[in-house]
Amino acid sequence: MAIKLPIYFDNHATTPVDPRVLEAMTPYFTEKFGNAASRNHEFGWVAEEAVENARAQIAKLIGATPKEIVFTSGATESTNLAIKGVAEMYREKGNHIITQVTEHKATLDTCKRLEKYGYEVTYLPVEKDGRINLDQLRKAITPKTILISIMYANNEIGTVQPVAEIGKIAKEKGVFFHVDGVQAVGKIPVDVQKDGIDLMSISAHKIYGPKGVGALYVRRKNPRVQLSAQIDGGGHERGMRSGTLNVTGIIGLGKACEIAGQEMVAESAKLFKMRERLRESIMSRLDETFINGSMEHRLPHNINISFAYVEGESLLMGINDIAVSSGSACTSATLEPSYVLKALGVGEDLAHTSIRFGLGRFNTDEEVDYVANRVVETVSRLRELSPLYEMAKEGVDVSKMKWQVAAE
Amino acid sequence: MAYSEKVIEHYNNPRNVGSLDKADPNVGTGLVGAPECGDVMKLQMKVNPTTRVIEEAKFKTFGCGSAIASSSLATEWVKGKTVEEALAIKNTDIVRELALPPVKIHCSVLAEDAIKAALGDWKKKQGEPEAAKTVEAASAH
Ligand SMILES: Cc1ncc(COP(=O)(O)O)c(C=O)c1O
Ligand code: FES
Repeated sequence: MAIKLPIYFDNHATTPVDPRVLEAMTPYFTEKFGNAASRNHEFGWVAEEAVENARAQIAKLIGATPKEIVFTSGATESTNLAIKGVAEMYREKGNHIITQVTEHKATLDTCKRLEKYGYEVTYLPVEKDGRINLDQLRKAITPKTILISIMYANNEIGTVQPVAEIGKIAKEKGVFFHVDGVQAVGKIPVDVQKDGIDLMSISAHKIYGPKGVGALYVRRKNPRVQLSAQIDGGGHERGMRSGTLNVTGIIGLGKACEIAGQEMVAESAKLFKMRERLRESIMSRLDETFINGSMEHRLPHNINISFAYVEGESLLMGINDIAVSSGSACTSATLEPSYVLKALGVGEDLAHTSIRFGLGRFNTDEEVDYVANRVVETVSRLRELSPLYEMAKEGVDVSKMKWQVAAE
Repeated sequence: MAYSEKVIEHYNNPRNVGSLDKADPNVGTGLVGAPECGDVMKLQMKVNPTTRVIEEAKFKTFGCGSAIASSSLATEWVKGKTVEEALAIKNTDIVRELALPPVKIHCSVLAEDAIKAALGDWKKKQGEPEAAKTVEAASAH
């Protein structure tokens, strides 16, 4: 099979819409364009029925009931609503929130804003493998703690957190548990009952649905979670999130969840094999490559590798027919290397050399082989250009050298 | 970010990659930047002590494509120039030639620093006083 270039291996950033999802959405742009809130005519009923169908599809995938699903514009909004909504609603009970350092910015920056309003936030560190320490979590909980927010799986290193254990601790202590489920839902089994999750953010565009639509799971019993709305208006979504529903997007999210539920087992096994093929092919041919994050507790379609002595952006430039991303400072607007890798204790020198590969539904073995070859070729070429590789080969310990860096 | 054609061309066909003998009294070595900052540039020049003309220049760079292109261009430019002419090269000349965007200016600064550091090293080996500034030459980020 001929390979079509460029190759997309950046499926943690976003995924293409599955043609089956698009097909389900299409009629609702034109002939079935009604507003789901129009209660008094056929157009509205048709739209509402489709929305309710999507709600059920999403609920089924995560072991929830349809009434527990609130539609939003995406996981960033879901996370804002979950954290700020709980913080505001339960202010009397306490002002303490626990999260951890490798969360997505949607969580971290929401917590930072709450700190400005007088809330206290504990940012738990992570172990070398990217997972939090449960004892530290237990110790961090105080009588003032109202919420724990920990992601299911990390978007850079694919590390899967011990969610069910965290859920148990949260329940024991009577604290709500919010999960950023963006990278895990539809990829690995997620069950809000078994995992003891009270709130969970979901995004359509990471699971072969459209961009700009997501959902928040909000538990209705044992315990019932109440939220202060963050967007006021017509009282849609039982008052939790006003605004005319994005009917087509919601149908897309629902369909994407339905497909994921049917195909997850086979798909994750296939992607795991491809990921291992990629990893072995690259790492068996290059020395001084390092995996970032746990191999044991990892999304099957993720691998994150540091290629010592080769700066990430220059590597991306060399493999410009392949879409991946890097933790290098040179690729970021802030000129800071990845805070996720830093939190794992990966040295800054190695953080600059990291590449994230995210496999997806539409990738093939042929693509894996092509990518592996291009990476090996390019890393080898760039190492010939690298003064650090030369020094390492001469036996100089690069990490112990004194570098002259100008004061700014 | 889209790269300029010249950056891509230097990245794909870097000029004067390699190393010269550090111990040679006529070879000046400049090593600037730091791995933690994501960029290290090594620039070496072999200078004829009588004519003060740079006869050979080699580089190795750990850094983004713009840093590689900046150092590749620097080796091209210094060759055949006298020490004084080479010291007059400014990072802004490199920015203009390679059409570097603002976020990549520091990569060109690194190249200018590397030229100054290498020639400072050469002067030291020759027993000449280095200009005070060149000793401090180093990366900006
Ligand atoms: C872990 C994680 N959380 C949250 C988000 C934000 O999701 P959205 O793009 O739907 O706002 C993303 C995607 O960028 C993510 O990877
Ligand atoms: S070396 Fe970091 S941006 Fe050029």
